[in-house]
Amino acid sequence: MSAIILFLGVIAVIVGWWLSQQRLTAKPWLEQGPMDDFPGTGAIALPAAKIGLGVFLAVAGCLFTLVISAYSMRMNMADWRTLPVPKLLWFNTGVLVLSSIALQWAHVAARRNDIDGVILGLLAGGASALTFLAGQLLAWQQLRVAGYFVASNPANSFFYLITAVHGLHLMGGLAALGRATAKTWRGAEMVQVRLSVELCTIYWHFLLLVWLVLLGLLTGWTDNVVDICRRLLT
Amino acid sequence: MVDIPYEAIADVPRAEVPDVELYHPKSWVTKYVFSQDAKVIAVQYALTASAIGLVALVLSWLMRLQLGFPGTFSFIDPNQYLQFITMHGMIMVIFLLTALFLGGFGNYLIPLMVGARDMVFPYVNMLSYWVYLLAVLVLASSFFAPGGPTGAGWTLYPPQAILAGTPGGEDWGIILMLASLILFIIGFTMGGLNYVVTVLQARTRGMTLMRLPLTVWGIFTATVMALLAFPALFVASVMMLLDRLLGTSFFMPTLVEMGQLTKYGGGSPLLFQHLFWFFGHPEVYIVALPAFGIVSDLISTHARKNIFGYRMMVWAIVAIGALSFVVWAHHMYVSGMYPYFGFFFATTTLIIAIPTAIKVYNWVLTLWRGDIHLTVPMLFALGFIITFVNGGLTGLFLGNVVVDVPLSATMFVVAHFHMVMGVAPILVVLGGIYHWYPKVTGRMLNEVLGTFHFWVTFLGAYMIFFPMHYLGLLGVPRRYYELGDAAFIPPSAHTLNAFISVVALTVGFAQMVFLFNLAWSLFRGKPSGDNPWRATTLEWQTPETPPGHGNWGKELPVVYRWAYDYSVPGAAQDFIPQNQPPAVQSLHGARP
Repeated sequence: MSAIILFLGVIAVIVGWWLSQQRLTAKPWLEQGPMDDFPGTGAIALPAAKIGLGVFLAVAGCLFTLVISAYSMRMNMADWRTLPVPKLLWFNTGVLVLSSIALQWAHVAARRNDIDGVILGLLAGGASALTFLAGQLLAWQQLRVAGYFVASNPANSFFYLITAVHGLHLMGGLAALGRATAKTWRGAEMVQVRLSVELCTIYWHFLLLVWLVLLGLLTGWTDNVVDICRRLLT
Repeated sequence: MVDIPYEAIADVPRAEVPDVELYHPKSWVTKYVFSQDAKVIAVQYALTASAIGLVALVLSWLMRLQLGFPGTFSFIDPNQYLQFITMHGMIMVIFLLTALFLGGFGNYLIPLMVGARDMVFPYVNMLSYWVYLLAVLVLASSFFAPGGPTGAGWTLYPPQAILAGTPGGEDWGIILMLASLILFIIGFTMGGLNYVVTVLQARTRGMTLMRLPLTVWGIFTATVMALLAFPALFVASVMMLLDRLLGTSFFMPTLVEMGQLTKYGGGSPLLFQHLFWFFGHPEVYIVALPAFGIVSDLISTHARKNIFGYRMMVWAIVAIGALSFVVWAHHMYVSGMYPYFGFFFATTTLIIAIPTAIKVYNWVLTLWRGDIHLTVPMLFALGFIITFVNGGLTGLFLGNVVVDVPLSATMFVVAHFHMVMGVAPILVVLGGIYHWYPKVTGRMLNEVLGTFHFWVTFLGAYMIFFPMHYLGLLGVPRRYYELGDAAFIPPSAHTLNAFISVVALTVGFAQMVFLFNLAWSLFRGKPSGDNPWRATTLEWQTPETPPGHGNWGKELPVVYRWAYDYSVPGAAQDFIPQNQPPAVQSLHGARP
């Protein structure tokens, strides 16, 4: 469970930093008035949707970290046998990187009020994300053909579970992306388009980051890092 | 005190926070059924939670009938007894208490108390309720499924939870339970995002964090915790569902059942326990923190005195929230662990007593020399303090490894957690309902019935659970259908069990008086006016009672002071509402 404790530690630092800006040492019983004279005490000025996404990323991050925690706990048992990760995953990773880049492109275009660029970026991002999902399904198929079924070994079960959880999150993102694209297509106000595209981009980068961590774990090339962390913690 | 001249604040613009674009219902259905108004959603949550809670109450009666008079009721067999235990526990902890505090009180009070028009994502908030309702229906459907509901115990420990020997293990019971939990968590996450972001972003002008009523602090912190803790239950439920449906072995070791080698192998039951309790312990505080917050407001309002040590109260809430994430393994002492881990978790568990004790002292010091009005909400609040101290003290026993190991599977644990997270939060729920019912309906609950309800519930709860501690110390095990003729259990223990059962049934029926009161007062109760308790917080300052759609009429309120200006020396009244400008109060002592 050290992964989740570390994750919560990071969350605690963020929450602690935010709370430290909120004058928690104030003596509210002595302060009357509309409060404009006291700095840093108002509601957050960011759009609600953006804060909402931030909170959701913390929840999703928690979910992925718990899966990782469970995976690494099981991995440490003596009878653990990793399954060979299909080469296709590397191609899929490349496609997901492209997807993130395309959305970043759309984000930049939105800031420049370039509607065509936004739509192009969103479509390219959506298409490559779909390709990634198709690639993941193909990887499952390859494993199945090679005899690595979901229930035949704990490592297999974890592999299918981890990729499925990530894929489902991406599918949720695609629904939001579809809405953002439709909104842009219909010619919504630029302020709204900018916000929607920015939220999608943040979510995409988050899922890319999560995928890179998961891939590192599944392929075993972060084993050394994990080992070092574990030694530091114990 | 800072005294700002009236002229200086007279031209304060009314609303700086951008108004939420409200969805205006167009028909009866969108107003009362698929409503996006947090107040309607709150009532929907509360009614659904109470309905399924009543089912759990009936289950507890059935259990008590069996325990008090074993062999008398032929319609209760051992399997059913286990099913009753499981469903009672899960419903009470998750589908009643969590949903009622966060979905019910949270939805109603957060927007009103922070001075917002509604939650920030009303549509998602509506979805949250409907997914919750679906979760409740899926859970309830397991009573009618082949094999009945699961009987795995509310902790659902594998491997037994999904094996044929456990009721519902190889039938639909466990599948429906896990599906229902997964749905609940999805629904809760939607609601939770709303509660957190509304507190962060939609507070009205002047409502700084340190001016929030402690109710909002409690609900806010509990929601943050729930958002971080529920994923653990989600992961555990999904993995166990895969074990049951696809035959994976996340939690299932190689084992022989009824002489047959099962298809499972290589899983770790301990992994489930870690995930479950990583959620399970914070869950205790997810229920307790809103109760702490609400009870602080009840005590301050009904003792006509500012809350003692407001800052300490806030810090303690945050500290308890943080600490509760590093104590989970104290539920697993008997599962076996490296001794130093036991030491670590026992220490963190005992450390939580410090912020908790600070809160208890502050409640008592708030009462000290207060102008205590023994209204029904106040009675429940006082009942809570005593009960929480009682339950908390036995927690100190159980937090120690050497004391916990012999007591862990006995009635002592049952008595402990019922006091601390059953009776105590329920007393706050009831007190909260008596307190805010006038705002929700515009009518007061009947006080005579309320006082009767309090005394029967309060005294009854003690007659049920105090003897249960003693049974636990005798060694009477929990989860047993029948005690049989064990040498270490004296005949008096059986008599005591019968006594507990009789009291439990009585207390259960007393709740019907409460339900009657709720229904009767809705039509016949005394009209309450806007602010019957003469309280300071914003929800009592709405232009209409019950508050209309959008809560505040044309303009959002501006907040000038903290939430606890009771009995301020020199003020004309013994309370000053949060939205009353300082100079007006000092000059005229009247409400704006």
